Formats: sequence, C-alpha cells, structure tokens
Amino acid sequence: MTPDRSLIEQLNGTWRDPPGVWGFLTTVDHKRIAARYIVTAILLMFLAGMLALDMRWQLSVPENTRMTPQLFNESFSLHGSTMLFLVSVPLMEAMAFWLVPLMLGARNMAFPRLGAFSFWLYFGGVLTLWIAHAIDVTPDLGWFEYPPLSGPAYSPGHRADIWAQMITFTEVAALAASVNVAATILKMRPPGMTLARMPVFLWAMLIASIMTIFSMPAIMLVTSMLISDRLVSTHFFSVAAGGDAVLFQHLFWFFGHPEVYLIFIPGTGFVSSIVETFSRRQLFGHSVLVLAILSIGALAFGLWVHHMFAVGLPRLGNDFYTAASMAIAVPAGLQIFCWLASIWAGRTWFPTPMLWVLGFLATFVIGGLSGLMTASAALDLQLTDTYFIVAHLHYVLVGGAMFPLFGAFCYWYPKATGRLMSELWGKVAFGLIVGGFNLGFFPMHILGLMGMPRRVYTYSPGMGWETLNQVATAGSAIAVLGGLVFVANALWSYWRGEPSGADPWGGSTLEWASASPPPAWNLAFTPVVASLTPMWNGGGALSVMDGISVGKREVLVTSVTGAGPLYRQKSAAPSVWPLLAALAVSAMFLGSIFTPWAIPIGTLPIAAALIGWFWPNRPRAKIGPLKAMP
Amino acid sequence: MTGARDFEIVGTLANLPTSATGPRHLVWWGNIGFMVIEGTGFALAAAVYLYLMTQTHVWPPKGDVLPGLLWSAIFTVGLLLSEIPNIWVLRCARAKNLAGVRWGTFAMGVIALLLLVPRGFEFAHLGVSWHQDAYGSVIWLLLVLHTVHVVTDWGDTVVLGAWLFTHEVGDDQFADVEDNSNYWTFVVLCWLPVYALIYWAPRAL
Repeated sequence: MTPDRSLIEQLNGTWRDPPGVWGFLTTVDHKRIAARYIVTAILLMFLAGMLALDMRWQLSVPENTRMTPQLFNESFSLHGSTMLFLVSVPLMEAMAFWLVPLMLGARNMAFPRLGAFSFWLYFGGVLTLWIAHAIDVTPDLGWFEYPPLSGPAYSPGHRADIWAQMITFTEVAALAASVNVAATILKMRPPGMTLARMPVFLWAMLIASIMTIFSMPAIMLVTSMLISDRLVSTHFFSVAAGGDAVLFQHLFWFFGHPEVYLIFIPGTGFVSSIVETFSRRQLFGHSVLVLAILSIGALAFGLWVHHMFAVGLPRLGNDFYTAASMAIAVPAGLQIFCWLASIWAGRTWFPTPMLWVLGFLATFVIGGLSGLMTASAALDLQLTDTYFIVAHLHYVLVGGAMFPLFGAFCYWYPKATGRLMSELWGKVAFGLIVGGFNLGFFPMHILGLMGMPRRVYTYSPGMGWETLNQVATAGSAIAVLGGLVFVANALWSYWRGEPSGADPWGGSTLEWASASPPPAWNLAFTPVVASLTPMWNGGGALSVMDGISVGKREVLVTSVTGAGPLYRQKSAAPSVWPLLAALAVSAMFLGSIFTPWAIPIGTLPIAAALIGWFWPNRPRAKIGPLKAMP
Repeated sequence: MTGARDFEIVGTLANLPTSATGPRHLVWWGNIGFMVIEGTGFALAAAVYLYLMTQTHVWPPKGDVLPGLLWSAIFTVGLLLSEIPNIWVLRCARAKNLAGVRWGTFAMGVIALLLLVPRGFEFAHLGVSWHQDAYGSVIWLLLVLHTVHVVTDWGDTVVLGAWLFTHEVGDDQFADVEDNSNYWTFVVLCWLPVYALIYWAPRAL
C-alpha cells in the first residue's frame, strides 16, 4: 500500500512550518536546520579558500610584497580557525542532523528546539569572527593561539578575545548538537534496528558525538581560562605567578587531537554508506568497521602529546605517545581493507560519489603514512613547524574528511533536492579538486624536508624553494577552480538537474524510503527493520507500523540496545525561543570580551529566554484540591 | 510525496503509552548527556589544579593563607543532608505523588538558596584572591564552576516548582522532577572531589 492522500494532508498540516520569514526563524525541522548549516559552511569554505589562495600567491615568489607579515598572520589564523571550528565540525554535525532521523525513519531529532538553538549559536560564532575581521580585529596568532603570546602582556586589544569567544560559541553549539545526535541514535531507532543492525554511518555519528562530549569541554575550559587571564588578571598561564604556559597546550590538544578524529570519523560513515550502495553488497566486515571506529575514538584521547613533542616533555612520555600514535594506524588500516574488500567483492560501479571514495582512499593513505612519520618523536623534532606538517595535516583533513564529504554531498544530493547532479561536471570537479589538491600539497612535503618553515610570510631567493612553491600555488588554484565547478554544478542541478526519484542509486538504508526531497514528516509510517540493509529486501514492500500520531507532532522512543518500542513522545513545535535564547547567550559572550559584569547581567535575559522556551502549554491547575492529570 | 516503495503495515504503535520514567524517557538521556559534559569539565578543572600543584615545590605558594574550613564544612554538611529531601522528592516523582513533588521541589528551592549563604562566606574565606597567583586562580575556578551549578539548579528548581503549582501535572512533569533530582545529586557528587582539592590538598602537602 501507499499512504493515501488524506493521511498525507493530515501529516502536512501537523508538521508544516509557519509561512515566510516567521517560519524561517522558528523552524525546528532537522532538514531545514541542517541545510542552513551546510549553506553557511560552504560559503565559509569559499572564503577560507580565497584566503588560502591569497597566501599561496604571496608565497609563489620570494620576497613577494602582496602581503605584509601582519596580513599573512591574520590570513592563516582566519583560514585555520574558520576551517576547523566553523566548517569541518559544523558540516559533520549538519550531515548528522540531516541524515540521522531519515536513516532511522524518525520524524525529527530527539530535541528539535535544541537543534535550532545549536544552529543560531553557531551562526553567532560565524558572525563574531567574520564581522570582527571586517572591522580589522582579526585574530592573528594561528588557530591555537598559545600563551604567553595570546596573554595580556603580548596581545593587547581584542584579537585574541574574538578568537577565544568564537570558540565558546561554536563549542556550546557543537556540544548541544552532539547530545541531540547521540540521544536520537540511542533512543529513536526503529523497531528491529538493534545495535547490531545499526548502519556504520549511525555508529560513526554516535561515536563522533560521544567524542565531542568528552573532548570539547577541554577547549571551552582552556579558552575561558585564557579570557579570564586577559580580563580579570588570573594567572593560569603566567609563569611569574606560578602559572604554566604548557598547560594551555595540554588542554588545547586534549581537545585538538580528538577533534581531528571527530572530523574524520563521520567521513568513515559517509564512505561506508557510499561503498555499500555502489558495490551492491553488504559491507565486508561490518563489525570490524564498527570496532575500528570505536578503537579510533578511544585511542584519539591518548595521542594529544604528539602535537607537543618539541615542547621538551620527558622522553618516556614522548615514547609512549609515539607508540600510541602509531597504534591508531591499525584500526584505520582495518577500515581501509574492509572498504577495499567490499569494492573488490561487489558488483561495483563508479559514479561521482564513488570517485570521491577512491580519491579519499589514495589521499588519506598518503596522509596516514606521513602521520606515521611524524608520530616518531625523533623525526617530528626535525619536521615540526615545517611545511611537511602543513602537507600532512591537509592530506588527513582534506583527504580524510573533505573528500568523503564531497562524495556524501553528491550521494545524498538527489535525496535532498529531488534532482541528480551532472555526472560530467561532477567528474570534472573531482578531477580538478583531487588533482589540484595533490599538486598543491604534495610538494609541501619536499619543501618541509628542505627546511621551509610554516607560518612565514616570505622567504629569500636562493633557498631553492621557488619552483616547488610555484607548483603548490598552481595546484591550489586548480583545486579552487574545481571547487567553483562543484558548487556551480550543485546550483545548476538544483533547478535544471534530471529528476532523481526517491531512490536513484538503489541505496541500502532507510533514508531512501522517503520521497525526494523528503516531506517535513519524513516517512508516513514507522519502519520495522530486519537487517543491516533494510532497503535491500528484494524490492518487496517495506514492513512498517502505524500508530504514531498524525494529528499532533509525535515520535517513537525505543530501548537503547534492542530498539524495542517504549512510548510515544511529544515532539516540539516551531518556536522563536531557541533564536531568542541564542541571541541572549551571544550578547553575554560578546559582552564578556569587554567586562566580567556581562556574565551576571547577561544571565538574566538568558534565564528569561529559557523560561519562555520551556513555558508550559498544558492547562492551568484548577483552584481547589490539587490533582494529577490522568 | 510517496517514497520508493510500497508499505506493508505489520503492526501498530497506537497502544503505546505517551510517557515513561527513568532511563526509558528520552529527556533522561539528554540530562545524562549534559551531566557528562559538565562532569568532564569538572574533571579537567581538577586536572588543571593537580597539574599546577605538581609544577611548584610549595603548595600553596609562600605567603598564601590556607582556605577556611568552617564555612566550607557547613556547606558540605548542608549539601550532603540536602540529598535526603532530594531523594524523597525523587521517590515522590516515581510514585507520582503530586503534593510530594510540589512541596518537595519547593523545599529543594529553599534549601539550595540557603546553601548559597555558606557558599558566599566560602568565597570570603578562601584566603587568596583570584589575581594573586595561579594557586588563587585555580581554587577560584573550581569554586566558581561549582557555584554556577548550584545557582543553575536552584533557578531550574524554582521555575519547575512554580509551574508544578500553577499548571496541571502529568507524567512528563513527574519525569522532569526526576531529572531535576538526578541533576542535584550530580551537583552534590561533583562537590566532593572539588572540596577535597580546594580545602584538603593544600593541607595534605
């Protein structure tokens, strides 16, 4: 059977957003929230790419005068901070917001208003950094702003404060998003989707969310301590008063290293989904993949000191972290072999999403191998702060996370828009980006080995670095051109692309059961899952259950391990309060750059917004004997 | 608006209840998520204290006065005793005892407010200002961090309590009271290591 018209109309009425601007401001639809995350992050990726191109222009010839040292410092700080805090992590959260409920056959996230709040607060962080840049208060100390350089003695003004508060914005948003994603995956799986039947994508998003929950408090704490040193004269990092500058590095990297993996792990989820669909077989080694992601998630918390080998820590400590850093190659390698085996053993075809998987495999393996080299403390002492590290980090982050993301974008684009992207232009963009990227970044390994330090705004002629720098600049320009082709293809296809239908790839998981684009309520019924690949049931009808309300917003809550149905939970309606709460929180964060009084005073509007958010919509208690509702 | 496949209805969820309690409830997991975030924050702040302590030969630094024990003891005993009414409220919530959760939540609001009095004196008797040295900074950090949690839960309790009196109370509200009680227990448990670090670690060395 198919859902009849009256059912669909009823669902539309129940889940429809208010029209116009008010609907835009109040929506709690996970797909709309995710889409605005994605559009914002893509715009920022473009801006960060322009900064990168500008820096490459500056370095293309020795003693170039395109940039001053200050502008170069600002450019790499803004590029790194934008890409790490405002693009990579938020994009992964956005993909989770968009896909998790669809893949669960659920109607929305566990906490819809919290999802809206996450986006508005993230957007506050975006505006904080980039409006500050527009008025020339750009952070200029790199993406990690170590004290004492970022302390009050060496960084007067507010550049460092802007950086630190931008982090507070984005991390509160990310923490709220992670609780939301984890609760949704743990408690809203459809009947039958036990933990053992959970697709790798959902495992990846669950583990990345849990990692966020454990790692991001470290950066919140350390940037708060930095602000407090700058604002109220605490001494956490001032050595003269018993503080310790290395403490900042420990806390930063206790977050910073897991951050790399919580960007990479969702990428493994994308790759797993794409490989399974296009190899037309269930993933080879599903359990191995899940256990590998789990071990990467755990090991990621034991590696942070490998970013600090040059600090002068005890040798035994360095040895331990060398071993731990190398150990992570084992689960990462197991994953790669599982994907390769699936591709090898399946009836594989190679449309654009699969090309991105191949690009990911090749590039990430190179990045992983250079990671094994830098994991060795002895070698790292030679390589640290050279262009070798710039090459390595871009190979793992762009190759390991961005390429899978681009593949994911092409793979799920038809689901989001109802149209296919052009395969031809998709392949052109793939070729330009992957080719340009490798041309741009591979020479940096050699430049690093030749001794070229990172974060220098220029270099003298006669160092022998000119040719490779020019190759790197040409490669970056080609990659940026590829990026423009990719975006143009997405925009053109949005209006002119071929209609895709609900399931153009013959996907294995439940998001392909809904219409393309999915309606506000996702699926008319609650699916019942009997395998890891519920859509591959021989083309037969999908088993579903009815009974979740169609007349009011309601979702199904199930048990954590067995996904047994427990109860029907009311799901929040559109509301302006998440936006107002985010505005109140933003006002406090921004005010606290200038005065500590912003914190107690700013608490009052936040409390008012939260009271409005949770204001009861149940009836008033009657006068007389107090009774509970039946 | 239809998807890729036909559907076959194999059962109904219409008979399920519309609420649950404890770990069966969705919001219980959200509450746990935020406790884990904040608990990690406490653990890291404690690690900062221990790290700074190990970087110096004398702790607290010479000339710093040790934090006073009287008001912190009053606060700690009061906080521990508050668990008795807190657990009673929790049981009332599980038993769906309406009058119990109303007056119990009201009482917890009063108790949290009263506890802020010795907490205020604790700040006055820390013996060192936050801007004197790193030792002062970190004990203020720990105490402020915990105080923020007491104040937050107090605010939450007062608002929840007010709505329990003014609006009808259903299963979801009993679940809210349960979550609020669990959060207070979290605030109490977090205090014990923080108390040991602020008041006893400097004396033990």
